[in-house]
Amino acid sequence: LPTGKAEEWIVENVPSRHVRPLSPNIQIYQPQLTSVLSIANRIAGVLLSACAVVLVGWLIAAASGPEVYLRFHDLIASWPGQILLLIGTFAFFLHLCGGIRHLVWDTVRGFELRQIYASGWMVVAASVVLTLVCWFASLLIVGQG
Amino acid sequence: MDRHRFRSPLNRAMGLGSAKAGFGHWWTERITAVALIPLSVWFAASLIAHSGSNYQTFIGWMGSPIPAALMILLLITLFWHAALGLQVVIEDYVHSSAQIWMLLATRFACFALAATGIVSTLRIAIGAWAAN
Repeated sequence: LPTGKAEEWIVENVPSRHVRPLSPNIQIYQPQLTSVLSIANRIAGVLLSACAVVLVGWLIAAASGPEVYLRFHDLIASWPGQILLLIGTFAFFLHLCGGIRHLVWDTVRGFELRQIYASGWMVVAASVVLTLVCWFASLLIVGQG
Repeated sequence: MDRHRFRSPLNRAMGLGSAKAGFGHWWTERITAVALIPLSVWFAASLIAHSGSNYQTFIGWMGSPIPAALMILLLITLFWHAALGLQVVIEDYVHSSAQIWMLLATRFACFALAATGIVSTLRIAIGAWAAN
């Protein structure tokens, strides 16, 4: 077969190469709890990877002595640092709770639509509550110390 | 790792599921996820407990054997899990020739960061031991 013909033959006869209609773009779908949590879990994971870089920076600072550690500590204690830490805390609990939801799904449980929505709202509620509990506990301990 | 419980022989014969290393990737992501539940909760709780601690108190705690060992375990599982997760994100959203470079860069960065974190933790532990 000539080269052009071979490609034509493949497109016509190999199912995986058929020209299929493309799925509609994601933007035309109304956001739902299920899809929003799915992408939020990924975004939180990427954010936490960035937090992991900060974690290593913090360990380097701690290993380098009190001066470097205090400078790092001041950076975290500044208000941009505190806002990032708050976002990081929420991302941590969202990814933790979302991850546990995924591990439950891996055991082939909780796939009824009502259960999916119930577990989804549980993830949202638990993440908010746990973030607030952590910050209040931390501020309380700082206040006492 | 018992793959046979997760993939039926029929599925494998019919070529369903991953033909390559997909199962190993999926399974390792789960193992690290399960390990990260107690390790990350321990770490978060410890950070809160040490909110008001000064440098010496904090270093003394971090340098003691069990916290140092848990910290090293956390770093290994965290960066392993991050490498696997970031790999999937890059494979899904980056379709240009930059993909392979981003995959290489994230994998190298995860290994380098884990190594740096472990060395720092060991240095804190040795420092605390030498101080006693």
